[in-house]
Amino acid sequence: MSLTSGKSGLASGAELDHREIEAFLYEEAAMLDEWRLDDWFALFQEGGSYEVPQAGASDEASSSTNLFYISDNYFRLRHRVERLKKRGNHSEWPRSICSRMIGNVRLLDHDEGVCKVASRFITHRSKNDVTDMFCGHHLYTLSFASGNFKIMAKRTQIDMNTLRPQGRISIIV
Amino acid sequence: MSVTDIDRRETRISPYIIDDRERGLFRVARKSFVDEDILTRERDRIFNRCWLYLGHESELSKANDFLTRNVGGKEVIFNRDRQGAFHAFMNTCPHRGAMVEREARGNALAFKCFYHGWAFNNNGKFATRMPPGTYPDDFNSDGCANLRSVPKLAEYRGFYFLNYDAGAVSLETYLADARSILDMLCDHGPDGMEVIGGEQKYSIRANWKLLMENSYDGYHAIDTHGTYFEYLADAIGGAAEMPAETHVWNLQNGHAAIEGNAPWGRPVAKWIPAWGEDAKSEIAQIKRELVSRVGEEHANRIAMLGRNTGIFPNLVINDIMAVTIRTFYPLAPNNMNVSAWALGVKGESEGFRKRRLDNFLEFLGPGGFATPDDVEALESAQRGYAALDELAWNDISRGMLKPKFEATDEEQMRCFWREWSDRMEDRA
Repeated sequence: MSLTSGKSGLASGAELDHREIEAFLYEEAAMLDEWRLDDWFALFQEGGSYEVPQAGASDEASSSTNLFYISDNYFRLRHRVERLKKRGNHSEWPRSICSRMIGNVRLLDHDEGVCKVASRFITHRSKNDVTDMFCGHHLYTLSFASGNFKIMAKRTQIDMNTLRPQGRISIIV
Repeated sequence: MSVTDIDRRETRISPYIIDDRERGLFRVARKSFVDEDILTRERDRIFNRCWLYLGHESELSKANDFLTRNVGGKEVIFNRDRQGAFHAFMNTCPHRGAMVEREARGNALAFKCFYHGWAFNNNGKFATRMPPGTYPDDFNSDGCANLRSVPKLAEYRGFYFLNYDAGAVSLETYLADARSILDMLCDHGPDGMEVIGGEQKYSIRANWKLLMENSYDGYHAIDTHGTYFEYLADAIGGAAEMPAETHVWNLQNGHAAIEGNAPWGRPVAKWIPAWGEDAKSEIAQIKRELVSRVGEEHANRIAMLGRNTGIFPNLVINDIMAVTIRTFYPLAPNNMNVSAWALGVKGESEGFRKRRLDNFLEFLGPGGFATPDDVEALESAQRGYAALDELAWNDISRGMLKPKFEATDEEQMRCFWREWSDRMEDRA
């Protein structure tokens, strides 16, 4: 999916309110900032997926042929969330403090109760007296019915040429 | 390769290590992880003299392919010329120093420095015409305007290494028994292995030697990676138990490996129920081919047993739930850059390749269920070393007096540290 392809803008979907999409994404970011991880996982439709390709990868990169950082099916995503809640998840215990800024929300395409949405993000993660920054864009495939969104697929593209200096993706960016 | 015997060398006490054979105590000075002068000495005695991993032949599949990479702190071009021959050049213009190639990879007949336009054939020869009289007539008769080749370049079974010391021993001599590990890796498939899916580039705010220790540390697995094993138990549908029998191999020259039968599935060729019945028959087929090629006993070892290998000074080859190559280089005593790749069997099916990459990601890399916790542990240790005036030594004695070492002992790390201190003290 390319950021420039597809139907753009809000007007084409009368039943799809752009402000509702934004509100959904802001609430998702708040869940992650506030470590409400069960709520966050519940945003996913059963069978949903979550992927983070390597820093600088193209939107077309595939986890079948490219080495990603994260390529979670629904089963592994549930475990990722469970792990994040445990003390034994040492990289996130004590928990980091995070701040997620979302902007440039765009509706790229929609059809038959499914829409594709993009946003840009800046996420700061602070732990051990070090603050790391991640920037890039999120790509969503959302199902929507009567004003209710569910995530079918989320892809986080890190728009940096390496993962230096952050060194790890131990949070949901 | 034989089971590690207790080395008959005598007890040694140096500024860096205490190797007390009689009492079974081994200590490493914490200043080795924090001292600038020690890092300077490491650059001279270790990174400028040892064979360093450069890349795999599969990364340059065609004539004129190139890639650029930092090896041992220096920018390098690794490429093939028009005839297909492999080269490694210092990626710095002999004129005034700018990098002559700034793309990560590509295919090029020539390299051209963007600063003043000096150009070079991909065999390194200077290829710019200047008006007569610009330079002396015999300019470049000594090769001063050609790209500078690395002093030594060599390969073993498709793994390319370089050495910045023109007087270094041969790669085969240097690798010693570590060759057997690379041999087993190459035997995974009938056509060998290839690097798949690109390079993971990350960093750790800790001393580089801590990552070498960590990469074949069987002792930390249960405590550091408890949450991974909880995931694994659910994924494999049963308890994820660590192996009852393990081996530690002293591969000589500071190289060492641990080996054992771990609970995860292995793309070559150990099936787990979570992969389903289709995968079961596919893996049985792979195993049959392996047995027919290398014999049953060797095939079982290759397929069922995992190996974590450290090749001195900074190459890790972990053949575990997937195969990863990892190398790292210090930027400062408390900071390293890490580069990691996945290796797969040439010609394996797309579904199998996907399964291999999924297996890699469940444990390895910046977003895996284990590596981030290793990073946290290393960075935590590095912070702890600030108290070296109060607590000057690390203990690496575990299992030192045992007649046969296990993977949860620390002999593999002692192999590394003995070589490291020999080189730092000019005894190697």
